[in-house]
Amino acid sequence: MLQNFIGAYSPDNLRYLFGGLGITLLVSVVSIVGSFIIGSILGIIRYVKIKYVSAIIGVIIDVIRNLPLILILFFTYFGLPNLGVKPEIIPAAILAMTIFESTMLAEIVRSGIQAVDSGQMEGARANGLTYWQGLWYIVLPQALNKMIPAIVSQFISLVKDTSLATIILLPEMLYRSQIIYGQNTNYIIPMFLAIAVMYFIVCYLLSVLARYLEKRQA
Amino acid sequence: MIHIFQAYGGTLLYGLGQTLLCSVIALVFSLILGTFFALLEESPNKFGRVVARIYIEVFRNIPLLVITMFFYVVFPLYVIKMNGFTAGTIGLTLYTSAFIAETVRAGIGSVDPGQMEGARANGLSFWQAMRFIILPQAFRYVIPPLGNQFVNLVKNSSTLAFVGGFDLMYQGNVIASNSLQTIAAYASVGVLYLIITLPISYYMRYLEKRLA
Repeated sequence: MLQNFIGAYSPDNLRYLFGGLGITLLVSVVSIVGSFIIGSILGIIRYVKIKYVSAIIGVIIDVIRNLPLILILFFTYFGLPNLGVKPEIIPAAILAMTIFESTMLAEIVRSGIQAVDSGQMEGARANGLTYWQGLWYIVLPQALNKMIPAIVSQFISLVKDTSLATIILLPEMLYRSQIIYGQNTNYIIPMFLAIAVMYFIVCYLLSVLARYLEKRQA
Repeated sequence: MIHIFQAYGGTLLYGLGQTLLCSVIALVFSLILGTFFALLEESPNKFGRVVARIYIEVFRNIPLLVITMFFYVVFPLYVIKMNGFTAGTIGLTLYTSAFIAETVRAGIGSVDPGQMEGARANGLSFWQAMRFIILPQAFRYVIPPLGNQFVNLVKNSSTLAFVGGFDLMYQGNVIASNSLQTIAAYASVGVLYLIITLPISYYMRYLEKRLA
């Protein structure tokens, strides 16, 4: 048994696995940044109730939110080529993750803004700020404070969800571990242990951050 | 899209059935497990609290797919043979139970602590107070988030496609590669998922509003 672990954690295998961790983190970070920006914009549009636009965006958000991420991954990687666009694997994974997570964040942002006391906006308007100034300087900073824990836990699921991109052969951790134990079945348990620990460390650190932010805010 | 339903209607319905079956089984067992670990974490027993904390943190912070693959790949080698559906449902149950435990715990936390004190002062034991006083009140707060967990559960059941669970997503792939009409095939699968998930999430939003 010990032999298996030593063999499985050979420097070459570890380098290969950590490369996978790198791709996991790359896809996660790019999708986090992208979905934070897009999600905030969508959430604000949905909140401010622009005629027709907000309603249509609301329906699109609800539809995408209620679909499995795997379906969206398949759609971007295998569906888009039928429309004449053929994305590479990593951009396809990032695109799918960003689309899916933006809609999740849009909901968090919308309910975060709604949770701010409506008197804040009224006060801002009474003090001569325009609606958008009131939103930007008064309401949004307070809303952001309220939604940080929810946003961080959404990012934790984003990191975990990158593992689903194995299905379009994104060479991240899970995929690479499968390649390694595919060569030698004795390596199965060491490999599962290794990736479980790596995912756990990344996600646990994020959840500690979420709890710290929650406490600081309370 | 209509021709996909005409040509592959039976396959899609079978997949839908498998998805629903797996989701319902996983929901029932993860409710039981999740409530158990939530109570354990709230219990006065220190050892129990540590066990519950470890369980919840482990299954919350490891991707569902890794858990499912573990049951699909490792279990047959060393413990017991199981098919993709079983492995997927077990993975889904364990994963979801950690989230349900957190939800139930938050629900218990939202009940006024005076309720527990009052119950204890009236001579009920901790577990009696939990069972008869706290849980019934907590349940009310917990319904909307639990409904959202069920929506997640249905969506997450698509990981069965990785392990040959013959669920909706799996059938969608089969149809996509048979018909070569990937967009129509995935859109049809999407519609079927939405038929389950959209009504539940709208109803939960309505309940949330009414509770607030």
